[in-house]
Amino acid sequence: MENTYNFKEVMSREERLAPGHRMCAGCGGTVTVRAVLRALRPGDRAVVGNATGCLEVSSFMYPFTAYEDSYIHNAFENAGATLSGVETAYRVLKKKGRIDDTFKFITFGGDGGTYDIGFQSLSGAMERGHDMVYVCYDNGAYMNTGTQRSSATPQYADTTTTPSGRVSDGKVQVRKDLTAIMAEHHIPYAAQTTFTDNFKDLHTKAERAIYTPGAAFLNVMSPCPRGWGYDSSELMTICRLAVDTCYWPLYEVIEGKWMLNYVPRKKLPIKEFLRPQKRFKHLFQPGREELLARFQAEVDRQWEALLRRCES
Amino acid sequence: MAIRERLSGNEAVAYAIRQINPDVMPAFPITPSTEIPQYVANYIANGEIDTEFIHVESEHSAMSATLGASAAGARALTVTSSCGMALMWEELYVAASDRLPIVLALVNRALTGPININADHSDSMGARDSGWIQIYAESNQEVYDNFLQAFPIAEDPRVHLPVMICQDGFITSHGVENILLVEDEKVRELVGEYHPEHFLLNSKEPMAVGPYAVSNYYMETKRGQREAMSNAREVILELASKFEEMTGRRYGFFEEYAMDDAEYVIVLIGSAAGTCKAAVDKIRQATGKKVGLCKIRVFRPFPEKELALTLKDRKAIAILDRSEMFSATCGPLGAEVQAALFGVKSQAEAVNYFYGLGGRDITVEDFEKVYGRLEEIARTHEIPDMYEYIGLRAK
Repeated sequence: MENTYNFKEVMSREERLAPGHRMCAGCGGTVTVRAVLRALRPGDRAVVGNATGCLEVSSFMYPFTAYEDSYIHNAFENAGATLSGVETAYRVLKKKGRIDDTFKFITFGGDGGTYDIGFQSLSGAMERGHDMVYVCYDNGAYMNTGTQRSSATPQYADTTTTPSGRVSDGKVQVRKDLTAIMAEHHIPYAAQTTFTDNFKDLHTKAERAIYTPGAAFLNVMSPCPRGWGYDSSELMTICRLAVDTCYWPLYEVIEGKWMLNYVPRKKLPIKEFLRPQKRFKHLFQPGREELLARFQAEVDRQWEALLRRCES
Repeated sequence: MAIRERLSGNEAVAYAIRQINPDVMPAFPITPSTEIPQYVANYIANGEIDTEFIHVESEHSAMSATLGASAAGARALTVTSSCGMALMWEELYVAASDRLPIVLALVNRALTGPININADHSDSMGARDSGWIQIYAESNQEVYDNFLQAFPIAEDPRVHLPVMICQDGFITSHGVENILLVEDEKVRELVGEYHPEHFLLNSKEPMAVGPYAVSNYYMETKRGQREAMSNAREVILELASKFEEMTGRRYGFFEEYAMDDAEYVIVLIGSAAGTCKAAVDKIRQATGKKVGLCKIRVFRPFPEKELALTLKDRKAIAILDRSEMFSATCGPLGAEVQAALFGVKSQAEAVNYFYGLGGRDITVEDFEKVYGRLEEIARTHEIPDMYEYIGLRAK
């Protein structure tokens, strides 16, 4: 698939998320949805699932849907289970000769609906091996309810439930490594990506996730200008910095084999990624240098661990 | 010819599922309902049906997956009890508002606190406002018969609501009784094939399910559900009459036992009706006193008018609830029956007792005492014990 990526061809495909939805300007989640759905081959049909969150309340507000394909939202914590049901129905109805078309099953959830409240439902769906893709658009907090901390929130981030203050440095814990946890479900495909260059990485992984038989998990870092506090025009820069600081490495796990898709020529210090974001502003106050050093140490530790996994 | 068998209530439901051969069944184990998915898994393992079983990791996921499968266009069902139903609670509302014709085989069991695995109605009564049709059974025969009627009711275009088929945990679910089974061909004829009008996997018409609806649309959704629930009344009766033609067994919103001339009436739901009938027979035989029983079969939609009509001119009525609702006054059945009586300006005396919580046994003698009290109340027009627990330990 790597060699066949044609940016122009991909971009000229039919748009499956119609304009007119209510997502914010510069929202990473929307970019994720459009890019993932573009990986569907023209002519193939999909049922799109969705956990409750920004995306759901902004893209299917009665009586308008932004989806050209069939779509189902059920609740916050059960996108995995809901699509399990849809996918199983597809297999039965196909077996019984009641439908002919090829359908693909893709569900989107934010990090709250995926790392936290929907974790069990996701784990169950992946373990059972339904032929579906779970896409997490990870913006690192409960953005829909106003930037509350999730288990995907990076350490030290200032959120509305972990505010930085005189005696608080922001969120205490480091973030959960969900992509690795999903890979450990021994599913045929798990990958981590974000928006870089001409979207080749994201597109290639989305296509592989959709067309690999069985359960697949795709974790897409999808910045949120409101929650992160950067200018919405800086979306691509932020993603580039996340990748070049090794905060958000691009990798995939195919049939248990870990592969790095990108190694920065020069690994940038983490402060380059943190500085443009208001949620980390307090880390740059005098007297808090130690926090930046700790953040850097954690990024380094995780990056080294990933390198070892990919080498072995 | 009907097939004579001896089956437990769980076996009977599983047998009905085999006959219906639904498309998708997600289920999670819980006592006392878990035998049903076990039996179904065996039917599948032996190639007797081609239902897809989804081995979900919780009851919340069971109902979520059932909902997904139903929206996709499959005939879908699940099975649970007690805390399993409590974990599904959010999803019950979603299923009803999405107007999905899901069937849930509920084996009633007390909700935890303290944990208890025996029968009472706290699980389904807790879900009474969720928008599901609820049909209850006294016996294995009834739960089987009710189950056969569930999908046709749910899938009727006038209804399009999920249906809960309830039976009492262990009492009927595990108790083996004689039962008359309907032949497979007749079941298939009654239940038919499911061809939904709109479904996710219809490539000719993509569809979106589960919107965000703000205040200018939400209320109409509820009104639509209400209308469907109201329509369910006639559909339930139509199915009952079809079923009667097919089997000779007669069903309605409720069963009236020795009610023609009854002055003292007990109203209740479920398996305790059998014991109550024994008490009625015993009292009538021994004393000739005019006692009767009104056993509710359909609790949702609530048969308010019909019940009020049959109850309003009795001398005294005891409404028996098998679950608490901690209003510190009445129970759920008590509240609704009393409201129905008030609606027709009934002069009947009425009390509301609680019994059988967490599987506490209720005996013929207990029912005799209740009838005795009704007689006393009717004579004195004094109610010393409007709300009371029957069968409490002395110590």
